[in-house]
Amino acid sequence: MKYIRDPKRIREVLGKKVQFILGDIACVYGGLLAGVSFFGGYPITPASEVAEGMARRLPRVGGVYIQMEDEIGSIAAVIGAAWGGAKSMTATSGPGFSLMMENYGFAVMTETPCVIVNVQRTGPSTGQPTLGAQGDMMQVRWGTHGDLEALAFAPSTVQECMDFTIEAFNLSEKYRNPACVMTDGEVGHLRERVVIPDEENLKIIDRRPATIDKKDFIPFTNSQTIKNCKVPDFPTFGTGYRTYVTGLTHNEKGFPATDKQPDHERLVRRITEKISDDADKLVMVEEMNLDDADIAFVTYGATARPAESAMEMARKNGMKVGLLRLKLVWPFPNKLITKLAKQVDKIIVPEMNLGQIVHPVTEFACKHCEVVSAPKIGGEMHLPMELYKYLEGK
Amino acid sequence: MVKIKTADELNKKFLREGMWPTIFCNGCGHGVVLEYTFWALEELGLDMDKVIFSSGIGCSSRLPGYINADGLHTTHGRAIAFATGIKAADPDFNVIVFTGDGDCAGIGGNHFIHAARRNIDMTVIMINNFIYGMTGGQLAPTAPLGSIATTAPYGNIEHPFDICNLACALGANYVARWGVSHPYQPIKSIKEGIQKKGFSLLEFLAPCPTAYGRRNKLGDIKKHWEWYDNNTILKEDLEKIMKYGSEQEKEQVKDKIPLGVFQDIQKPGFFEAYEQLVDRLKEKESKSIGGK
Ligand SMILES: Cc1ncc(C[n+]2csc(CCOP(=O)(O)OP(=O)(O)O)c2C)c(N)n1
Ligand code: SF4
Ligand SMILES: [Mg+2]
Repeated sequence: MKYIRDPKRIREVLGKKVQFILGDIACVYGGLLAGVSFFGGYPITPASEVAEGMARRLPRVGGVYIQMEDEIGSIAAVIGAAWGGAKSMTATSGPGFSLMMENYGFAVMTETPCVIVNVQRTGPSTGQPTLGAQGDMMQVRWGTHGDLEALAFAPSTVQECMDFTIEAFNLSEKYRNPACVMTDGEVGHLRERVVIPDEENLKIIDRRPATIDKKDFIPFTNSQTIKNCKVPDFPTFGTGYRTYVTGLTHNEKGFPATDKQPDHERLVRRITEKISDDADKLVMVEEMNLDDADIAFVTYGATARPAESAMEMARKNGMKVGLLRLKLVWPFPNKLITKLAKQVDKIIVPEMNLGQIVHPVTEFACKHCEVVSAPKIGGEMHLPMELYKYLEGK
Repeated sequence: MVKIKTADELNKKFLREGMWPTIFCNGCGHGVVLEYTFWALEELGLDMDKVIFSSGIGCSSRLPGYINADGLHTTHGRAIAFATGIKAADPDFNVIVFTGDGDCAGIGGNHFIHAARRNIDMTVIMINNFIYGMTGGQLAPTAPLGSIATTAPYGNIEHPFDICNLACALGANYVARWGVSHPYQPIKSIKEGIQKKGFSLLEFLAPCPTAYGRRNKLGDIKKHWEWYDNNTILKEDLEKIMKYGSEQEKEQVKDKIPLGVFQDIQKPGFFEAYEQLVDRLKEKESKSIGGK
């Protein structure tokens, strides 16, 4: 039987409306609420709970769970399932994410909607498996070869693990591009209260299916059903469109076109512009105390929590400190950063790495203000006091 | 339904429009395997909207491009993992994978092993030309001992691996090996593989004159094709000779590659087992609700 999303059944399986759960499990809930019907995964700390949570629940909502042989196979099966008509996802951490890079690019090139949850840990290599980090924030943007636009969320709370997984599906389906939930070991293994949204309050976006006559259908071009949309209509396998889908540079028909410059440029421009054209609309941030701020934290994910505490301490001491929290890190909110840089004297970027997102912040601050990296590595979160010292300029 | 009689009619029905000509060299065996597959599909009379192809990277992996059907041309070695997801999304699909010896037995070996072990319902058609054709003739894991490749210029010192043996050991439901010079048995075998629930492997020994034959001095295209006839033997004949033949007869056949069906069993496939699991859960749940 083919999966049909049944909102009542999903809530039966999830249980009570208000729960106290792990961030990883919240990603499971988000996926199930979005209508995921295939999960392919491979165990890895601190992401295994996502696979375990799916293995328990997917068979009960009519979906399929498979533990694949590795992360390359996981993402491959996830992409295959997407073409078969499923909403599909996988979850991993740094080493697995590195293994997924080639097929992540394949998903971009073939415009395949799918979701990857990356519960980040430290690296390089095996690093500190049980401890959190934010080491893959650049890998998700630049880790696969070639040109692409990334869609990457960074949850700071367990509730956001659920909400952003749903949102990741929505963006992924809308733009036909893989979307990543870049959580981390801290948030993934945190237990917090979550509220499961009622169906009426849930916005679910599904890919736009191909509907026009089969002989007129062109699979890899602007939508043929709505105007001025660079996202093509989706010809689900098995619906008679008989589409050839290849990771080679292809023409609008989907046929390999590997030796002509214009074919490549047309394709790659379209699959990047379909997202970059909307970048301003896509901005998702939380602004705290920015109105009068002359120093601002720009941060994301778990790190936003100690940064917020540091900001509160500073405010009590009369310092004008604000915070910009990036909920969607990629596409990067370029214009917002430039605007902020014009307003404040200093931007501090705390991250659990030696400095990744500080680079686009510096780029788009355009020298309007000072930009300071506030790194912390080794699997420990910043202490509020440590960040407070950055505010004092120490 | 009017039955197709000629190769022209067959091609008209199954070839994808606009993709002709193929990338294949003169004398390449891949096209023959495609033709066999078309005949098998025609004889089975399947709804081609529900037959989905997946392939990796290599000359052999280009085959789905020429078929008028949905096809996912994936990354090198990963076609079987992609196909697992395709099948999971819709159990009504008939999933067929085209792959090469490098793609399947080399870089994709692990995906092959586990799909066969899980007995995922798919048909894998691996075309073995003893070489990495597409990239110009580098050493394949199937290359015969002593054979020459660009990356084994002094002769291959590694033992080739027998993918059929491996598939049998893993408990695949259907395992067969054929050549490309006699259509009847291979077509029948492809049909059996497709119809079989669970994992089917069909290995085809196919000439690659450009990257293998030339370098290994197997002569012109005609001679190269004859090599396969002279160096293969039906599995049943081989068994008979090894049992009852004279020493001289045994000596003549002992290095030949056996062709035939090596395994044909009915172990439940992954998705069958998964459905049973789902039913079991439903039953348990309805009991516990009823009991409350
Ligand atoms: C990850 C990766 N590594 C290497 C390659 C280069 N490559 C392309 S095809 C191929 C070999 C294909 O050999 P086989 O599967 O035997 O196919 P054939 O061309 O012989 O039919 C290789 C190594 C690639 N495309 N991707
Ligand atoms: S290189 Fe070999 S395998 Fe590739 S098309 Fe030519 S003959 Fe066929
Ligand atoms: Mg080969």
